[in-house]
Amino acid sequence: MHNPSTLFEKIWAEHIVVEETPDTPAVLYIDLHIVHEVTTPQAFSVLRENDLGVRRPELTLATLDHSTPTTPVSSFRDLLAAGEGAANQVRKMQQNCEEFGLDLLGYGSGQRGIVHVIGPELGATQPGKTIVCGDSHTSTHGAFGALAFGIGTTEVGHVLATQCLLQRKPKTLAITVDGELPAGVTAKDLILAIIGTIGVDGGTGHIIEYRGTAIRSMDMDQRMTVCNMSIEAGARAGMIAPDDTTLEYLQGRSRAPQGAAWEEAVARWQQLRTDDGANFDQSVSLNASELQPMVTFGTNPGMVVGINDPVPVGNDASFRKALEYMQIESGKPMTENAVDIVFVGSCTNGRISDIEEVVNVLKGRTVADGVRMMVVPGSEQVKMEAEARGLDRLITAAGAEWREAGCSMCIGMNGDIAQPGQLSVSTSNRNFEGRQGVGARTVLASPATAAASAIAGHVADPRVYS
Amino acid sequence: MKPVTGVRSRTVVLPTRDVDTDQIIAARFLTTTSRDGLGKYAFYDLRYNPDGSEKPDFALNKAQAKGCGILVAGNNFGCGSSREHAPWALLDYGFEAVISTEIADIFRNNALKNGLLAIIVDADTQQWLLNNPGADIAIDVEAATISLPDGTLVDFSIDAFARHCLIEGLDQLGFLRQQAAAIDSFEENRRCKP
Repeated sequence: MHNPSTLFEKIWAEHIVVEETPDTPAVLYIDLHIVHEVTTPQAFSVLRENDLGVRRPELTLATLDHSTPTTPVSSFRDLLAAGEGAANQVRKMQQNCEEFGLDLLGYGSGQRGIVHVIGPELGATQPGKTIVCGDSHTSTHGAFGALAFGIGTTEVGHVLATQCLLQRKPKTLAITVDGELPAGVTAKDLILAIIGTIGVDGGTGHIIEYRGTAIRSMDMDQRMTVCNMSIEAGARAGMIAPDDTTLEYLQGRSRAPQGAAWEEAVARWQQLRTDDGANFDQSVSLNASELQPMVTFGTNPGMVVGINDPVPVGNDASFRKALEYMQIESGKPMTENAVDIVFVGSCTNGRISDIEEVVNVLKGRTVADGVRMMVVPGSEQVKMEAEARGLDRLITAAGAEWREAGCSMCIGMNGDIAQPGQLSVSTSNRNFEGRQGVGARTVLASPATAAASAIAGHVADPRVYS
Repeated sequence: MKPVTGVRSRTVVLPTRDVDTDQIIAARFLTTTSRDGLGKYAFYDLRYNPDGSEKPDFALNKAQAKGCGILVAGNNFGCGSSREHAPWALLDYGFEAVISTEIADIFRNNALKNGLLAIIVDADTQQWLLNNPGADIAIDVEAATISLPDGTLVDFSIDAFARHCLIEGLDQLGFLRQQAAAIDSFEENRRCKP
């Protein structure tokens, strides 16, 4: 009889090309490599210098997302809206894909979008796969029961050339969330609460498996939101065992297995769960029913507080520095802070259900005077679906902007930024100093909280508008 | 990569914890398609005011920080984005090593692959280093020790393969390519193919 093993251990074992030894790391096979314009140019240069090609172009998914403008693009000149460097980087990616024989899901494909939005929506992200990308939010794909993590550019080169990575086996952390999320409390609030509990380094060196009834009752978009921010707790990967919800999401998607291959895949995927009695290196439990909408008050995603609770008091220099940057006072709730910009989008919350969540709050209301609200769909497919359902018109009728797909203000590489001192309520994943522009002050929140804040003109509890 | 067997230098100290890779190099500098010349962007918004003048209080801008090759950082250095531009920028700026009690996984991997020593020490050693900016210390990769100014040797742990690659100046892509037969056979014999 086999020893009971975790979901992670099963996928890890399936992908070992060469076992690790004390002197050498494991050689791990990669099933899906997603590439974008920012973290690949130097890797393609290494291939060129070594006269190497891409080993498995058909296992490589290429797109454009970080350096793309959120205004319409039909020529190179339109790309310049994101700046000259950004435009050149996009052009370089197009050239590299052509030179190395990669099928680029770029302009005109109808399938371009944020790497972590398009992998799942195309059905390329599947249970049991190993998935990497030169982007730390690759943890998103773990929502399907895949082992997915971010890598650096040197490693991007390794995967392009060999379809493999050198890896030491990480430790495992079980996060069990039982109970039911109260009305108005979302997956985003849960993951912010988790990071607040275990800290921004609580998962360092570990792979997280999210378990429990609250996780099981989530749809795939919500599970992706949770797994997406695993890296904000220091964990390179977060994963959730596949179940009927996963299968329903994937069935019929263009890159998912079809026909007999689907049946075979389902039989295999149903084995992908942590066995009873399997050991985790660490375990943490939370009760979902005790949660409320959460917002950040500081300069990392672990500095979170309930929407109506006072900002805590901290004594060390790093804490004080963060509050000084944010111009936030301890002892007062975040709802006292006026808002300049609201950003809805990103690989954390740029999917169709996130847009719906925003529309549910905005419908029949208007964005407060002096507030700029941007809604940026995570992919061209999300954009088309929202438009087919008329969601874009409800967004613009409320006074918000409906823009083209991309990473946009989550990372601010394309000119979509806040001005110094402006307060941005953002559905993205990082509230680091300067992340959304030099001197910009970011408050992370759920799409519902972001929309409520846009209407109120200050950080606001979305439950007031439901 | 050229071999890295150790570094001897004075330290510069950045005691803030959770310094993320956005602080090390901001996203607006990532539109480059090269890995060279990024040192001028390292810690840019901490080093400079919006008008381009230097912030005199920032540790790296102080006269005694010039020429220091070892950065001593607060806990959880390098968290956040996977951008390898962060170690590229630190190396180009002139740093050869970063020392902390905890260094984020992706940054640490990226750093070691580029010959930037990412060294994890115990809390007492870190505290001593934080309290003594400018200390002249020596890191020995082979022995996995840090030699403090009074001669005290502090051990650190480093992955054996990373150490081997540093000392030999070994390119890990070269190592992976030597596994070609095993990779071929893995692809051939897989029960289910992606």
